[in-house]
Order: sequence, then structure tokens, then C-alpha cells
Amino acid sequence: MKRRELTTRRGISLEVLEAGEGAPLLYLHGIAGLLDDEPLIEALARRYRVHAPVWPGYGPESDDSGEVELEDMQDFALHGWDIAEGLGLERPHLLGHSMGGMIAAEMACLAPQQIDKLVLVAAAGLWLDDHPIPDLFAISPFKVAETLFHDAQAGEALLGGGADFSQDGALTDFMVGNARRLGMAGKILFPIPNRRVDRRLYRVSGDALVLWGRQDQWLVPAYAEQWQALLPAAQLAWIDDAAHMLPYEAPAEAAEAIAKFLG
Amino acid sequence: MSVKFCWFNLMPWPHLPDSFREENRSVWVDIPSRLYDPELGNQVYHQYMDQLEYAESLGFDGMGVNEHHQNGYGLMPSPNLIAAGLARRTSRAAICVIGNSIALYNPPIRVAEEFAMLDVISGGRLVAGFPVGSPMDTNFCYGQIPALTRDKYAEAHEMIMRAWQEEEPFAFDGKYNQLRYVNCWPKPIQKPHPPIYIPGGGSIETWDFCVEHDYNYAYLSFGGFVAGKALMDGYWERVAASGKDESPGRASFAQIICVAESDEEAEELYADHLLYFYNRCLHVFPGFSDPPGYRTIKTIKAGKLDQLRAQAQAQFASLTWKDLIESGMVIAGSPETVRERCEHMIQTLRVGTVFALFHMGDMPDWKVRKSSRLFAEKVMPQLQGLWPEYADDERWWCHPYADRVQPETRTPGAERTA
Repeated sequence: MKRRELTTRRGISLEVLEAGEGAPLLYLHGIAGLLDDEPLIEALARRYRVHAPVWPGYGPESDDSGEVELEDMQDFALHGWDIAEGLGLERPHLLGHSMGGMIAAEMACLAPQQIDKLVLVAAAGLWLDDHPIPDLFAISPFKVAETLFHDAQAGEALLGGGADFSQDGALTDFMVGNARRLGMAGKILFPIPNRRVDRRLYRVSGDALVLWGRQDQWLVPAYAEQWQALLPAAQLAWIDDAAHMLPYEAPAEAAEAIAKFLG
Repeated sequence: MSVKFCWFNLMPWPHLPDSFREENRSVWVDIPSRLYDPELGNQVYHQYMDQLEYAESLGFDGMGVNEHHQNGYGLMPSPNLIAAGLARRTSRAAICVIGNSIALYNPPIRVAEEFAMLDVISGGRLVAGFPVGSPMDTNFCYGQIPALTRDKYAEAHEMIMRAWQEEEPFAFDGKYNQLRYVNCWPKPIQKPHPPIYIPGGGSIETWDFCVEHDYNYAYLSFGGFVAGKALMDGYWERVAASGKDESPGRASFAQIICVAESDEEAEELYADHLLYFYNRCLHVFPGFSDPPGYRTIKTIKAGKLDQLRAQAQAQFASLTWKDLIESGMVIAGSPETVRERCEHMIQTLRVGTVFALFHMGDMPDWKVRKSSRLFAEKVMPQLQGLWPEYADDERWWCHPYADRVQPETRTPGAERTA
């Protein structure tokens, strides 16, 4: 995987992870950010040219231009399109996971003709009164993994990233990173992760795939069904033994389902 | 200036069950409302408001109220309602509303209007507080986006201050508020505006904001003055760096105070109620205290607050009376003990105003009044002159209108005739 620097027309600089060859696929990461060796990107790179931008707040602290500049859902969606333009992508496939799925859906509503196919993986962005979404902004740290992962223990290890909090400054570094990431995410996810995309989804008439982990406890499967019902031409696929973090828990199965849909 | 003493009541719910801590995760935000009994509430409000009025009769400089939401130890979602009652039933002391969380009012002109009403009705006795607001109130109860809260606060502040001072209607094209006609009717009596207090919990940005605008920085914590010193030192460093004068009027501090005839009697009378407050009322779910984005990166890196918060939070559940006294969280004892400790607190922190909390937890009315009265009679007079070099500096206190009207005393049969 290669890292590439990009400055958008708006003046926001960012890094983009790129891998593979094939049809272009713009990959928007979820609420936790990107790993250096994001397993789903590696799996997709066997068939597609994957471009995965690092969202403002998720990159190095030295560059916070986008953190200040992007304030609301419209800014987020336009930033996605500014990135696509900066990368010179022509009608890419658009894939978003979690928070990235929320952004991807909004981008698709804005410019449905400018994407090939849309893939929403455990996408945030809807609210169902019967299924209140656990508040990630007020969750005990020790409950994050069990809310997001099917295998909580493996999730814990992944989220911790091997940091040793007994080291001086490690906790502060973690808190700064967490505040930057979730502070940014909160602009579209807090206090209720619904910026009313449901009223705009009628515009997304192209093919779409809704991909979900059957054990997702953060966005329970009813949300997958709601996305499918609201999108004019969506199919729904499930991954077993996976929860909200299915790109990490079942990357091979997820890549296979995505490839089957994208062709 | 004399050191100002503002009698402050948080207005806690005094009927939380003994099992509260075990059965509920938080006293704030998601505390079940079935624990609130409105008929008992009728008694509670009147008792608390009577106490605030009693404080004026004892000679306190001010009466203090504040804003909290969905909170078992703070029953004033609208402090302005309590202040309105005080404006009619008192005539001398300052009415300190510390304050209105201005980022929560939509549009914030509402705060300009209501504060102006209070200042006019009270004859210029308002001291106005503009807190950024705790994350519990601002983000979790009232749904403001953490990373944008400060920006929205700054905009609300700008609108209110302009609304109070401009003589003609103006258009306000803000990011969060757009009003074609901002036009504050009524306007405050105090010119250019009532004294402004900014309650803070240690954000570096708040210090600089206070220094820049010459507002009073009000450090409201229950952590006591010993721990509070590190924080206040940080503020005074910013004041010194700005080149402005270092009048103690620039700072205030909230302090729990209990006075009895002797140190032993203080423990006997007040310990249970203080422990009710610390052990039960301060039971806040940690997940509500620091949503990512609320604190700036600069403040997280400064790290002061983390240490204080972590220590305090860990302690509250198991504190003893001895802990409360030694840490300075509570100043309690005989008038002489309290005088000595208060003098030390005022001088160490360099404050011109003390928000003195006499009612705590489930303390019964008679104890509150006894403690307040002993303080007013035997302690307060000895503390008021602690800053002689600033004797004439009244920039941070209200300036009542000399010819202000007193409410009519209703006497049937005494109808006025033209």
C-alpha cells in the first residue's frame, strides 16, 4: 500500500492510501480510522484500484486544516467529492464503512451520476426509534470493543493498538487522538447520527449494496433493512460471525461479497 | 473593593435514596425522573428561595444561582426564574446568575433580553454569568456538538454584548444564528453592561477570554482550594502575561463553608450532609464528563484538569469528614477556624469574590441558617478588608441604581388614588 499526499481544491491537505489495479474504488473509512495495513483494502486491491483518503482528524496532528474547515454534513460530503476530483477519479465505485458509509450515502445523493456503484458497509446515518443506537460518545472505554466487535477480545487488542499506557505521555497521546477523531466524527454523528439523508436517498437510483455483519450491536440489522428499503435499487448481503467492525473481522468474506456485486 | 460574599445554593434534590449510588449510574443526564416528587419539590423550592432571601437580610453581598439540566444536585434548569423571584423580594444584594449557558439559547438574544429584564427589575443588581457549560448540560442534555460548542458560545457572546450596547437594530449573520433585526428591549440599567463572570473548570481558552474582555474568572469546583490553587495560578500567569492589572476582582471561587460554635460541633452538625453531597450527589457517570471534541487539544495537553478530575472522581465515593477538611473541599469549624481558613483561601487564590455554599446535600433549613448567620456575624466582617490596596476597585460588582423602586407591599384597603 502506498501513501500519497493530496491537497484539495478547498485547500485541505490529506493522505490517501492507494493499492491495487483495476476499476477505481473510493474507500471511506469508519469511525475508528484506517490501519496501515487495512485488511479489507488489501483484499479489495486484488481486483480494484483502491483509494482510501484519511479523513480530517484522523491524520497527523501537524495538519489540522480540515478539522477546522469541515463543520457539517454538507462540508463532509463535498470534501469527499473534492478528494475524488483531486485524485482524478472518473465515476469510481464508492464504498464507505460506518461513518464513511454515512458520508458516501450523502455524496451519492449529491451526485448520483458521478459514481459507478455504491457500497454501504454497516453505514451510520439513519435513526429508528425502535432501535436507539448506543451512545458511543458516552460509553465506558471497556465497553467499546464489545459494542463494535463480534469477538470483543480481538477488538480490544485492535483498538488498543499495542499502546502501553503506563508510559509517560501515552495516555495523553491517546486522549488527544481520540478527541481529534471523535471530535470530528461528532460533527455528523452527535448527538443522534442522523442528518436526514433518508429524505434524499430517492436520488440514488444506481445499483447499491448494503453489507452488514449479522451480529452488529451498534447498528443492529434493522438498519441494514432500512437502508435497503430507502435506496431505490439496493441489494442486501449479510456476513456471519461479524459485527460493526466487519472489515476487520471478516475482510475476505466482505471482499468476496463486494466483488460479487461490483463485478 | 471589599471582598464580596455571594450566598450560593446549588439547589440539590435532598431526597435521593440511600441506595442511589448502587442503583443508578449517574446523578446527571440520565437520572430517572421518577426519583423526583413534585409535591416535595414545592417545599424544596420555597425553602431554598427563602434561604437566598434570608442571606440578604444577614448582610451577604449577593445571592447566587446557576443553571443545570437533568441534574439531581442542581434543580435550576432556569436560574432566571429564581432570580426573578429574588428581584421582587429583595432590595439590596446583588443577584448573581452564574449563569446562563449561552450556547444553548436559540437564539441567544433570549439571554440578552432576560438578563436585561432582571437588571431592570432589580434596579441594576444583576451579576451576569456566561458559562460555556458542562459537557453534561451542554452536550448530553442539550445536544450541542462537542467540537462546535466553543465556537457557538463565542458567537452567542458576541450577539449578546452587541445587543446590549448598540442603540439601533442591527442584522446578525452568524454561523449558528441569523437574525435580520437584533434589537434588545429592554436594555440593562448597568452601563455598558452588568459585570460578567465566566464560570470555568480549567480550559486555557477560558482564561484568555476572561483576560481579554476583563471578565471575572469564576472557578467553580468542589475539589477545594488546595487543589484549586494550581489552576488559579495558571489563570494569574495569563493575567500577568497580558500586562493588565492583577486586581483580585478578576477572579472568584466557590467554597463550601460550614460554621458552628466549635470545630467539634461543626462535624457533628454538618458531616452527614456533606457526605450526602460528595458520596451521592457527585455520582456522575464518567462517560458524560468528557465527550471527545469538547475540550480543546491545548487543554488536554496541559493535562491539569485530567489529574484533578481523576483524583477527585476516585475520591468522592469514599471521602470522610477528615478528608473534606484537610483537602480544603470544605471549610468548617468554629468562627475562628473558618476565618483563618477562608483568609488563607482568599489570599492563596487571590480572589475578590467568594461564592459561599452553606446549603449542601440534604442539610435541614435550621442548620443552613445557623451556619450562614454565624458566618455573617462573626467571620465575614473580618474578611471583607483583605485587599486594602484595591479598596476603590468595584469593576467586578454590580452598580445598583440609587433611585430604584421597591415592590409595593400589598395591603387591602390601601388602594392608591390619583
